Amino acid sequence: MKELAIVSGKGGTGKTTVTGAFAALSRNKVLADCDVDAADLHLLLNPRIKEKTEFYSLKKAQIVREECRECGLCETLCRFDAINSYTVDAVSCEGCAVCYHACPSGAIKMLDRIPGHWFISETRYGPMVHARLKVAEENSGKLVAKVREKAREIAEKENLDYIIIDGPPGIGCPVISTLTGVNVVLIVTEPTMSGLHDMERIIGLTRHFNIKTLICVNKYDLNLQNTEKIEEYCRGHGLEVIGRIPFDREVVDALVHGKIAVEHSEGRAAKEIQKIWERVFVELEKLS
Amino acid sequence: MIISVASGKGGTGKTTIAVNLALSLKGRQLQLVDCDVEEPNDHIFIKPKKLKKEPVYIPLPQVDDRKCTGCGRCRDICQFNAITLLNKNVLIFQELCHGCGGCAYFCPQKAISETKREIGVVEMGRQGNLDFIQGRLNIGEALSPPVIRAVKDKIDRSKTVIIDAPPGTSCPVIEAVKNTDFCVMVTEPTPFGLNDLILCVEMLRELKINFGVIINRSDIGDSGVEDYCRREEIPVILRIPFDRKIASLYSRGLPIIGNLSGYDDIFSDLYNKIEGMVAG
Repeated sequence: MKELAIVSGKGGTGKTTVTGAFAALSRNKVLADCDVDAADLHLLLNPRIKEKTEFYSLKKAQIVREECRECGLCETLCRFDAINSYTVDAVSCEGCAVCYHACPSGAIKMLDRIPGHWFISETRYGPMVHARLKVAEENSGKLVAKVREKAREIAEKENLDYIIIDGPPGIGCPVISTLTGVNVVLIVTEPTMSGLHDMERIIGLTRHFNIKTLICVNKYDLNLQNTEKIEEYCRGHGLEVIGRIPFDREVVDALVHGKIAVEHSEGRAAKEIQKIWERVFVELEKLS
Repeated sequence: MIISVASGKGGTGKTTIAVNLALSLKGRQLQLVDCDVEEPNDHIFIKPKKLKKEPVYIPLPQVDDRKCTGCGRCRDICQFNAITLLNKNVLIFQELCHGCGGCAYFCPQKAISETKREIGVVEMGRQGNLDFIQGRLNIGEALSPPVIRAVKDKIDRSKTVIIDAPPGTSCPVIEAVKNTDFCVMVTEPTPFGLNDLILCVEMLRELKINFGVIINRSDIGDSGVEDYCRREEIPVILRIPFDRKIASLYSRGLPIIGNLSGYDDIFSDLYNKIEGMVAG
């Protein structure tokens, strides 16, 4: 079983569009939406949910006022400024439970939060694991790990060859959780100065983890000079740009109709994404 | 007044709005604060000279093997799975450690002390009337909220402050928009934009932050976002049509203000509108 993750560093570069197209073009795979913070892949794949499981993030502290003797130790110990005048600000509380363990009156309780969920679903292109993190909750890294674990279980049980992961933006906790242990990363970037900057940072991360990294440029014709800068940067780092997707209004059009670019048309963008998939597939097949 | 700019989804134009809103407010004492510490981009458009750098540290426990008895109390206390025991030896996974200090505080042998570990940097510069502040998470580090907190510590409430937040709806965004007077939410009129907007609205309502929506590239896509805002009585405070000239400036790392006429007024009107809404 081989795992491919599609990431971007910068948001809005077209990760989900590319992942959706790969879903349609590939076989024998399970899909995993690891952008648990703002999951969008379901909008393209209309999953039929088969299994829904609760996911609890860390418990948070609450002070029972009747039992509190106002010694202030909790406030002194809290490193996250979450306790003020014997009240816990749940948004700032990181759930470390130091106050709970330290309180001499036992006045602090650790309370469960309203859970997020993860789902196992069926789509027209095979099984999919996705999640919905309760808004304003943390632990997206842990939820990402859960989604990947379930995807691996499904792949093993159903004897599937690939896991295709739609990753979150950025380079922090959820991205690290998405990338650890994957076989190939495809970075989708765009020909802007921001795109170039963010690509450099995500490449830094994939090198840090020593993962085979491929790059494609979306909307490449919006600024050819920057596309060339991207390609030059990649060459300089021994990385290959495997495709240039043109700006094509049909991509937005497909999305508005709830369709995947390669289903909707045989436009320029759709054709190029198909070529990129073939190239990625070769790379995946190379792995033993 | 502190205004934050958030979006749920990435790539909708947060940076464009934050940077150009700041540049349109001439003659004011301003701070532009880039809290997207995983991928900060405002500096590309502001081009501040000579950034002053301050490292951001979080505490990191270290164990004195001579005092440690391998009792495992530190492992049991740690809520982040950052400590494990292997043959009675304490192992610390530094990337998972949130620096809460629990392990050191509760160690019965007083065998754990704390050192510090750099996880990022705060950079500060000036450009005209603008104080520019940004954070940068070191590559390979997982925890962005402490870097965002360090950036926000530099906020001067006597000035007009504009915060560029990261995408999403979880800890980093919450850290960025917390304690701001108004949140500008930038979205695009597509099903993806709508889906992420709804999540972001839920977040802001939970945090009880006053907000308004800007629809970017308002003439491509569908009417889902407009319909949703009308239904939920969310004010749409600006619509910016798709303009290849804006896209081209953005791609070259240039702001709209100073490069495309007509937008000075659009952004200063936007500011006045926000000021009016905050004043209630």
